[in-house]
Amino acid sequence: MGIIKSLKMNFTWFKKFFKKKRARIGIYGPPNAGKTTLANRIIRDWTGDAMGSVSAIPHETRRARRREGVTIDSNGSSVTLDIIDTPGLATKIDFHDFMAFGMSEEESKRRAKEATEGVIEAVKWLDDLDGVILVMDATEDPYTQVNVTVIGNMEARKLPLLIAANKIDLPTSSPARIHSAFPQHPLVPISALEGQNIDMLYKEIADHFG
Amino acid sequence: MKGIQLDLISEDKLDGMTSMEKVRLILDEVRNGKILVLEKGLTPSEQNKLIELTMTEIAPDDFSGIEIESYPVKHNDNLFSKLLGKTTLKTRLTVIGPASQLKTIKKDRDLISALVSP
Repeated sequence: MGIIKSLKMNFTWFKKFFKKKRARIGIYGPPNAGKTTLANRIIRDWTGDAMGSVSAIPHETRRARRREGVTIDSNGSSVTLDIIDTPGLATKIDFHDFMAFGMSEEESKRRAKEATEGVIEAVKWLDDLDGVILVMDATEDPYTQVNVTVIGNMEARKLPLLIAANKIDLPTSSPARIHSAFPQHPLVPISALEGQNIDMLYKEIADHFG
Repeated sequence: MKGIQLDLISEDKLDGMTSMEKVRLILDEVRNGKILVLEKGLTPSEQNKLIELTMTEIAPDDFSGIEIESYPVKHNDNLFSKLLGKTTLKTRLTVIGPASQLKTIKKDRDLISALVSP
């Protein structure tokens, strides 16, 4: 009994000793799912700063933004993260979609070009992460190709993934639909905009990526 | 007869191709206006390559990208795999076409419903 206890203690010490000091976590999802809104909330809550601007126009974030050394303490667990807010993943970008928001043709084409570069950057970041927070719009169909691709990537690499079912402040949201689509991954229903369940998300982040 | 060409590519054919060959074939055929149905689908890393290459080829008034829909991957965790501590991922049927012509209407774990326009 004593030997087992001693081995257990040594193993815990061993784990602590070799535990990664920082985890590099990417915030992923389709355009307009609320990635930057969530990144801003996390950064503001734990550093008092902000990450980037948000907009109703898709592909507002067209360059990955990185914030290093964000320490999250929750329920006695603590984790320090490098957070990467990535551009929205997509398989199609049509400049006409931006013109529908009142942008000029020239501006729309430039934005579309920058958005394609942003998608490439987001895909490349997948190779350098320790885990992902996948932000899904809980008012939308969860089986989008972006969600399927990100989840497939994380499962193939055996890396931790946490689903943030965002926009639960909207009446048509259904986190249960997301859970039934991807039951193998932990999910926290949140409103990044209004802060609903955000403490629950921090607890999951500390447990999951710590 | 006018119409949209639909190519159904078998698992055997896909198995004999490298990742880059698959991605190049898909993009070339889709840019020619074809709809492809892949019996086996693409691995997550092949999907990444396809997205990256698609983004580099998007051009205003010419090509706005692809519509791709696949079922979520399946975990091949039979007893033998569990004993070895290995679970492999099994990719599944995938439909790919030009974003301007193929539109997904509904998708769930085992059904992809799409609209094809000329």
